[in-house]
Amino acid sequence: MPCTVSMTVNGKAVSREVEERTLLVTFLRDQLGLTGTHVGCDTSQCGACVVHVDGRSVKSCTMLAAQADGAAVTTIEGLAAADGTLHPMQAAFREHHGLQCGFCTPGMVMSAVDLVTTNPSPSEHEVREGLEGNICRCTGYHNIVKAVMAGAEAMQGGTMKAAAE
Amino acid sequence: MANPNGIGASVRRREDARFLTGRGTYTDDINRPGQTHAVFVRSPYAHARITGIDAAEAMQAPGVIAVLTGADMEADKVGSLPCGWQIHSKDGSPMKEPPHFPIARDRTRYVGDAIAVVIAETREQAKDAAELVMVDYEELPAAVTSLKALEGGAPLVHDDVGGNVCFDWHLGDAAAVDAAFAQAAHVAKLDLVNQRLVPNAMEPRAALGEYDRATGEHTLTTTSQNPHVIRLLMGAFVLGIPEHKLRVVAPDVGGGFGSKIFHYGEEAVVTWAAKKVGRPVKWTAERSESFLTDAHGRDHVSHAELAMDRDGNFLALRVSTIANMGAYLSTFAPSIPTYLYATLLAGQYKTPAIYAEVKAVFTNTVPVDAYRGAGRPEACYLIERLVEVAAAETGIDKAELRRRNFVPASAMPYQTPVALQYDTGDFAKNLDIALPLVDYDGFAARRGESARRGKLRGIGFATYIEACGIAPSNVAGALGARAGLYESAEVRFHPTGSVTVFTGSHSHGQGHETTFAQLVSERFGVPIENVEIVHGDTSKIPFGMGTYGSRSLAVGGSAIVKAMDKVERKAKKIAAHMLEAAEADIEVKDGRFVVAGTDKALTIGDIALQAYVPHNFPLDELEPGLDEQAFYDPKNFTYPNGCHVCEVEIDPDTGVVQVVSFAAVDDFGRVINPLIVEGQVHGGLVQGIGQALYENCVYDEDSGQLITGSYMDYCMPRADDVPSFTVRYHEDQPCTHNPLGVKGCGEAGTIGASAAVMNAVVHALSEYGVTHLDMPATPERVWQAIRRHTPAQAAE
Repeated sequence: MPCTVSMTVNGKAVSREVEERTLLVTFLRDQLGLTGTHVGCDTSQCGACVVHVDGRSVKSCTMLAAQADGAAVTTIEGLAAADGTLHPMQAAFREHHGLQCGFCTPGMVMSAVDLVTTNPSPSEHEVREGLEGNICRCTGYHNIVKAVMAGAEAMQGGTMKAAAE
Repeated sequence: MANPNGIGASVRRREDARFLTGRGTYTDDINRPGQTHAVFVRSPYAHARITGIDAAEAMQAPGVIAVLTGADMEADKVGSLPCGWQIHSKDGSPMKEPPHFPIARDRTRYVGDAIAVVIAETREQAKDAAELVMVDYEELPAAVTSLKALEGGAPLVHDDVGGNVCFDWHLGDAAAVDAAFAQAAHVAKLDLVNQRLVPNAMEPRAALGEYDRATGEHTLTTTSQNPHVIRLLMGAFVLGIPEHKLRVVAPDVGGGFGSKIFHYGEEAVVTWAAKKVGRPVKWTAERSESFLTDAHGRDHVSHAELAMDRDGNFLALRVSTIANMGAYLSTFAPSIPTYLYATLLAGQYKTPAIYAEVKAVFTNTVPVDAYRGAGRPEACYLIERLVEVAAAETGIDKAELRRRNFVPASAMPYQTPVALQYDTGDFAKNLDIALPLVDYDGFAARRGESARRGKLRGIGFATYIEACGIAPSNVAGALGARAGLYESAEVRFHPTGSVTVFTGSHSHGQGHETTFAQLVSERFGVPIENVEIVHGDTSKIPFGMGTYGSRSLAVGGSAIVKAMDKVERKAKKIAAHMLEAAEADIEVKDGRFVVAGTDKALTIGDIALQAYVPHNFPLDELEPGLDEQAFYDPKNFTYPNGCHVCEVEIDPDTGVVQVVSFAAVDDFGRVINPLIVEGQVHGGLVQGIGQALYENCVYDEDSGQLITGSYMDYCMPRADDVPSFTVRYHEDQPCTHNPLGVKGCGEAGTIGASAAVMNAVVHALSEYGVTHLDMPATPERVWQAIRRHTPAQAAE
């Protein structure tokens, strides 16, 4: 049976009719054309599909679109500023070569942002544990960890600056 | 002033902007008007006769457009997936090459073999309907492991391949080896398994077929490392589509590691079906389907013996390997356990005599082919484990034993006894850098400190060499390659001075859009933002062989250099004309074309404009335009080499191995972008560590069911499983035969790491008398090894 789901995606209200079994990731990719969110597995292990739902990171292959009804969803497409300025975490991934093929990257960045939101100054150990749900086959994690540490610092700097203003 | 975006600069990657903002375009991201979706019905049996397929109910399901089978393909005269390399057995007979149809016809030979394809309006509808396709199977006994497949009376995977032996091949001088063994003061022996792995690029394979009725042109968009190779194989051998009517596009590809080199049946099916149903057909693998159908890697069972004299000098090496090919020959499968493996068995050592035998075996498992390193990690692992055993048995320090046997830098170029000629390498230097880097002398103290905490500590080395930059076509051809292995490039200057470079290499994470642009920026002083790198589309690029075997920069980059040489020659002519000077007097300095001894100079931009606005060109001497193409075929392989050192700590109560430090010292020749090179090393190391400690592809030995068919069963290394790395390289030994002096860096990490980790693990366990452990060194295996070797009284 089709059902109607409505949510805010990257700040824009959307409403679509979907099959009830439609996963959030399928909804984002196929219905909304937001193909930045990737599908890397079918067992919720790889984290390529991580998005933010009401500010928390979620594997969007593990959630039905209908469950996100009424929620605010942010995907990788919605992370940079409207003028195209990269989010500090995106910028840190670029600066530290924290990506190669780019397939795990959207999920990795979204997880990292949530990690740092929860723990603003993570240690290397905490970053590694925090990213345990995201598999990368290219980078060996070395530069991802560096990027997340740097991104955390930049995010904090940004927050502090904003608070001071 | 040095070009900030030239050679040697850690230029931040230009491709990152799209990947970081979700604007990459991977195959599954592409949707076409009228697109349909394909889902495959796959064999649940490792070996069975297909006695009937009833698609009537599936055809009635909502949204279903077609259900197609092997019989439909046969009726359309679709051919077998070709193998690109032919090996001959010891007796001179060619390898057995049974047909490999995109959809099985009468027999299924591995779990996951395609039986039918359902095409429907949506992916979900196709999936639902695939469940309704009724296939009658007559299950047959399966030959699952290579050893069991070789046993007398084993089920035959192919009726006409007796004993399941694809080929029985050898390399080297058996008599010289026997003579050396007869003289040996000591022989170290080792039986080892190089376990089967699943490559697991994060992007699952996908393919989108399209057919344009108006032009008769087919387009295949696919997750490939080499679109022209796919076009050639699929067009000429499988579907019979002439190349001018077949376009193959490999857009952004989410990792390959070898698994996306090969021509897979699904590519042919969607291309064929798109014409049949008159609409685009897209297929995207689910991860469990990738586990079942992507070509796997490794899967060797080997026995090795090393003969030494009294002083530990290596006299001879004897190796016997059984290599699992799986059910059919994948595109380059036969070359992996032969010319990419046995030829590397000299390693970094001057072992004067080597003999290797390789028996390749068919089994009822998915085909096995190249996976990062492809043959070379297997060779390195075997040699370096054996050297470590030899060191332990002779009591010679393992670093010293290696040093004693290194081919000295002064002996380069060095002809090995197994066909290759190393051009450069200073192996002692790598070791000299590594030893202080890891504080080798301080190891005993660190081991003592670990012991005080109840932990076992070990240190392990791997000194590797690999043959990369694959390959000279004439050599590859002589060894059985059915393709050339050059690379192509076109450097096109536009009238306003910007440049488009078309390369036959393919980037699926390696950063070509940055590194290749650095080459152009360095050469002509063009700002890097004015250089565009185009790859992955047979309708745009010249015929290229693609990316694998760490060949992109060494072969593809060299092709770009060759094309730039041609551009420069032409530009000099134009400059001479413009500056009214003799061509011989034009010099190129910092990207400017200068009349020697004068201040008269032009930039390449000035020249490009003139090339396209040739108002007063002497047309009989000078053609308009500035657009040159080149094909580069290397003279030799390149030989990256290095020294990896790993230190592990093991908890004897749980068997958990922790990699506490890992240092890699590498010689990649000249380095264009250090940031990217280091990233390649990091990634390679974790794939090697993954093999050593975590990954293992397991089929049930009787039923042939894939036990490790998901990320819940197949252990991928994760961020908290590995440490940060110490990576060093030196540029003192540039490759002598390519214009950039580069050797390649893509596979090095994977080649060295498994051996270094396992040597460290065995060293840590040596106090229990453990002398060898097969990979992966899981907690259970380590714990069992400790228990097995613990004296009964101590255990009580």
